[in-house]
Amino acid sequence: MSNGFTPVVAGSASGTNAPAPATSKNIPNRGGTPNPSADALRTQFGAAIQRVDVVWGETNVYVDRPRLHEVIQWLHDDAGQRYDYLSDVTAVEFRDLEQPLEVVWHLRSLPFRRFLRVKVILEKGTALEVPSVWDIYRGADWLERECYDMFGIAFVGHPDLRRLLMWEQYKEGYPLRKDFPARGRFSRSEQLRQALAANPEARYSKEELSIADAFEDLPTDMQRRLGTGERTGE
Amino acid sequence: MGLTPRPERQIVEAPTDVPWITTKLDAFVNWGRKNSLWPMPFGTACCAIEFMATAASKYDLARFGMERQAFSPRQADLLICAGRVPFKLAPVLRRIWQQMPQPKWCISMGACASSGNGIFDNYAVVQGIDNIIPVDVYVPGCPPRPEGLLYGIMMLQKKVENERSSDRSLRNEMEPDPETQLYIPPSVIDELSEPFGNSVHQTRSGL
Repeated sequence: MSNGFTPVVAGSASGTNAPAPATSKNIPNRGGTPNPSADALRTQFGAAIQRVDVVWGETNVYVDRPRLHEVIQWLHDDAGQRYDYLSDVTAVEFRDLEQPLEVVWHLRSLPFRRFLRVKVILEKGTALEVPSVWDIYRGADWLERECYDMFGIAFVGHPDLRRLLMWEQYKEGYPLRKDFPARGRFSRSEQLRQALAANPEARYSKEELSIADAFEDLPTDMQRRLGTGERTGE
Repeated sequence: MGLTPRPERQIVEAPTDVPWITTKLDAFVNWGRKNSLWPMPFGTACCAIEFMATAASKYDLARFGMERQAFSPRQADLLICAGRVPFKLAPVLRRIWQQMPQPKWCISMGACASSGNGIFDNYAVVQGIDNIIPVDVYVPGCPPRPEGLLYGIMMLQKKVENERSSDRSLRNEMEPDPETQLYIPPSVIDELSEPFGNSVHQTRSGL
């Protein structure tokens, strides 16, 4: 194998004898030394970096929405950053209705032992859309689907943006939004009726089944049915 | 209707060299059934951990004739639903129940499976599996201790023991309403799954 797996040793990029970071006992709530990546981002992207906060010793970077993909790509590729692990993609909606939604990316650099939180503010009145980072981190696939499922934020460029936790025919909206009532919008009997109407076997698309490999060998009528996006078992 | 003459009484000569007893067919069949229930665990949450503890050596479910756990509904008599059931699992649980052959029984283990547990009174969780499938014994607790589950199993055994084979309705499959797929009328479901206590007033977001 020419393209073998090379393990990343944590902290290896910061020098051979760099000690593992010790947890500080008294981290201030606000303020402190930001992650060195924040300054690097400022010099690289300038005004596209709106704000840098340090909260509980962790660095939050607010980025312009259109340049988000570029920023993450740079953080991933640049030899001085090497953010090789995307640990979470999520969103925040505040109880203060004046405050806009935020989408959050949690990035971790194993070689440099760094953690960076990248945020994008979705201004009021704009579409809930952000660029997908699926082409940079394949692990973003389900994270973005979950965020879409719970908040209704569309990740433009995601190859298969469907609901992940709720079933795909779910009609009540996006559960983690503040205007969503905790018990859902429909009555219990209606929720149960809709849930029971689902076919438990009809959860897989053509792409998800191993049948996709043998698609050409299938009977023509089955090819036609699966080709129109129909689910198995319906 | 009492007009048919009684059949000739047949005297059976009891063999003298082998031991024998007389019994009723019901009692004999029920004795067999109650002591060899094959449980199918449907564990979705922490109740399943307690179920495992019940099945393991300290509490030993095998003492109650449940030596063999059936992990296929087609070879099971007893569905033990341990844990909360979200709406996404509702059709799966219904399908599993329908796949089990008669005679079959169901134990709803824990507060979530029995009632939705209050804290899971939300958009995603079924408020009690009795909305989906018929339940014989409800075991309270969050989660119930193994003793609790064993007590529920013994209650079920008592129920099995007292079944009458002349009562055909016991073995009737409940057919859901073809239009709504529900066993119970929608209004009853809505009424029963109303929140308890003052939780009605806890609309935290104020919306």
